[in-house]
Amino acid sequence: MWFRFRPAVLAGAIALAGTLLASGSVIAQEKVLRIGMTAADIPRTHGQPDQGFEGNRFTGIPMYDALVHWDLSKGDAASVIIPGLATEWAVSPTDPTKWIFKLRPGVKFHDGSAFNADAVVWNVQKVLDQSAPHFDQSQVGVTVSRMPNLVSARKIDDLTVELTTRAPDSFIPINLTNLFMASPAHWQKLLGEVPASVADPKARAAAAWTAFAANPSGTGPFRGVRLVPRERFEMVANKGYWDPARTPKIDRVVLLPLPEANARTAALLAGQVDWIEAPAPDAVQQITSRGFKMYQNAQPHVWPWQFSFREGSPWLDRRVRHAANLCINRDELKQLLNGQMEVPRGTYPPGHPWWGNPSFEIKYDLAAAKRLMTEAGFSAARPITVKILTSASGSGQMQPIVMNEWLQQALKECFFNVELEVGEWNQVFTNWREGAGSAGARGASATNVTFAAMDPFFGMIRFVTRQTNPPASNNWGFFNSDEFDQLAATARSTFDNAGRDRALAALHKRIVEEAPFLWVAHDVGPRAMSARVSGVVQPRSWFIDIAPMDIRPGS
Amino acid sequence: MLVYLGKRLVYTIPIVIGVSIVCFMLVHIAPGDPLVSVLPPDASEQLKIQMMAAYGFDRPYYEQFFKWCLRAIQGDLGTSIATGRSVTGEVLNAVRNTLLLAVVATFIGFFFGLLFGFVAGYFRNSAIDKIASILSVIGVSVPHYWLGMVLVIVFAAQLNWLPPTGAGPGGSSEWRPDWAHIRHLILPAVTMSVIPMGIVARTIRALVADILSQDFVPALRAKGLSELGIFGHVVKNAAPTALAVMGLQLGYLLGGSILIETVFSWPGTGFLLNAAIFQRDLPLLQGTILVLALFFVMLNLIVDVVQTAIDPRIQRS
Repeated sequence: MWFRFRPAVLAGAIALAGTLLASGSVIAQEKVLRIGMTAADIPRTHGQPDQGFEGNRFTGIPMYDALVHWDLSKGDAASVIIPGLATEWAVSPTDPTKWIFKLRPGVKFHDGSAFNADAVVWNVQKVLDQSAPHFDQSQVGVTVSRMPNLVSARKIDDLTVELTTRAPDSFIPINLTNLFMASPAHWQKLLGEVPASVADPKARAAAAWTAFAANPSGTGPFRGVRLVPRERFEMVANKGYWDPARTPKIDRVVLLPLPEANARTAALLAGQVDWIEAPAPDAVQQITSRGFKMYQNAQPHVWPWQFSFREGSPWLDRRVRHAANLCINRDELKQLLNGQMEVPRGTYPPGHPWWGNPSFEIKYDLAAAKRLMTEAGFSAARPITVKILTSASGSGQMQPIVMNEWLQQALKECFFNVELEVGEWNQVFTNWREGAGSAGARGASATNVTFAAMDPFFGMIRFVTRQTNPPASNNWGFFNSDEFDQLAATARSTFDNAGRDRALAALHKRIVEEAPFLWVAHDVGPRAMSARVSGVVQPRSWFIDIAPMDIRPGS
Repeated sequence: MLVYLGKRLVYTIPIVIGVSIVCFMLVHIAPGDPLVSVLPPDASEQLKIQMMAAYGFDRPYYEQFFKWCLRAIQGDLGTSIATGRSVTGEVLNAVRNTLLLAVVATFIGFFFGLLFGFVAGYFRNSAIDKIASILSVIGVSVPHYWLGMVLVIVFAAQLNWLPPTGAGPGGSSEWRPDWAHIRHLILPAVTMSVIPMGIVARTIRALVADILSQDFVPALRAKGLSELGIFGHVVKNAAPTALAVMGLQLGYLLGGSILIETVFSWPGTGFLLNAAIFQRDLPLLQGTILVLALFFVMLNLIVDVVQTAIDPRIQRS
């Protein structure tokens, strides 16, 4: 009989089936995390991402390391800087414009080449040295603006570099979180592959950077493998990553640009992605009821009214500024926004190294607010009129019209007559640099432009010094005093970490006490994820670390 | 015919020049900073000046315009500020994706539009006419982005039958005519087809009704021609106008739809325009608008020529 039972054949068949099943399950069990971003395009992948902090979050931090990292491992404490590719750093004791960075040994780029001092010098040159063959103008804007005082880098030995600044600047280590290390060897190899028909050295360099973006090489926990412009970007795990705590458990990450909030939400609900940024606010209940998890945490983001201090401004009296800050019940606003905001106590929250424990407490105290207004000479019969320049939408603006109309109502209780001047976002934004009193301000006595506050310059100094008055920077209201100039200068020239943080805390304390802002909300960076995703820590940061996360296979 | 074609070609030259001037001026008149995608708002004034010079935005408008025109004539629409990629490449990829979507939407829209239009016109004032008319009015009236969202909620979020976004599991570069990819096409194509369906149906209905009231129809009947034969004459008379309407609608569809392509994250020209507008990526914006405008000019030219070929009265006039 041809089908006579033969144990050997059966064993062979079982083994074959087992092998096939095993190979099938290996394929099926590739752990893939699909992320729906708010960006309309894949942020640039060559090491200096665009698309704001979403770019750093998804194509910067996962693929590249900087000399200094943000600590993204805690959800219940401020995100502070920690060693990255540099293990330690210090300012030169003889010249405060020179910094010495000691580099981490044994780190390799994805292409196998070594990370060393030459690589750091090369990466500084890519944005600062116009004579360098690999200088790339398109990377300058997003990088140099974040480290305005850095001038050059010099190799001391293989694992030591010296960075030079234009003036003494204690913020340099914080700034360097924005300079990601791309592989010089890989770029050089791609330059060699540019067709000889491209003769112009600048065009050859640009072509090499374009090739680098499609085939990137950093030192990060993920390695970029596939770019479909405007549609998807795929990264795979770098199992040889230097930090065991951040060696990825996920095999592949797929980034999809889904700029429309409802489309992102639908993609999550339909199982097309496992994670979406900023879900449609009114879909949160549906998302959680379908078993997805919501994550949010206070970000270093401020949604303010920034007051004018020009002659005739209604905000010149500190009692009026304090009254406005005491008059609004921010918990009520939080409810209005479906919980998608954090109540601020200043630019930085208590517990942050730069908090400083101000004597003026930002809270809801209607009686105190009314008393202050009465003392300042205002009443229901004699209200104060303030005009606010805002936009109908815009990056980081949350829901500006809804929020401003709520403020308009709330402040009426304290004798404020609020007039809203709604402009186009780009115009309002441009006016931030023109200042109060300019034609673009349209007679407003406060402007409503939100800002990121991770860096002390961008979170505080640019709003309170004479040096940063328009058009140099964003001290829109011309909030000027010797005291604040001195506080800022002290912070900038205090080089030990603890001393610098104390100086920044002193500055923040005085900012809150003088109240050049009405602090209304912090954004919370809401994101929704499949319950299959584990190990998620949403830090108090604009960023999030994908590397320690895991995902259970399935759909 | 050749003379007519030559004349029409000559007429397109000033239109193309006008279009290029308008699209260059429009994007420059709009408020905001052209370097917003590569220069954060808190960048120093000095850096801003350096970047303006590097991208040539410090030059006078007329100089920028002539340089842009000169390159455009050679097929080079410049480089996207935001991505550093070639605008021509970006636009051609997007056009290919929109073309795919538009052809499917056109097929659906025109098929049902012609069907409803001829049926309603031929059986005017009957129940069939009323049903077809209601459907076409709905097609014209319903905001298509709203319809798109409803379709996504029902067929993607609730029933999980069709994917709500994207061009396929691996992106448009791997598009193949298999079910895994076609299912991505269904919701945006149906949404996109609704408006042309309504417009074509209403136009054809009115046209057929008008033709049927003309004297030659009773004359044909009196000669003993069958209803099918008469229908053939009606179709022939309605064809030039139907073609013009369809050409215009096809132009709109090829132009992509910012709303539909954004709702479905379909990587076509509408999606590209949306990204270019939000990033204020002027070279990309100018290039995309120019190519879309040229599409319209070209389509109108083709429709005019085909119309003339079908209906000699147009050529004589």
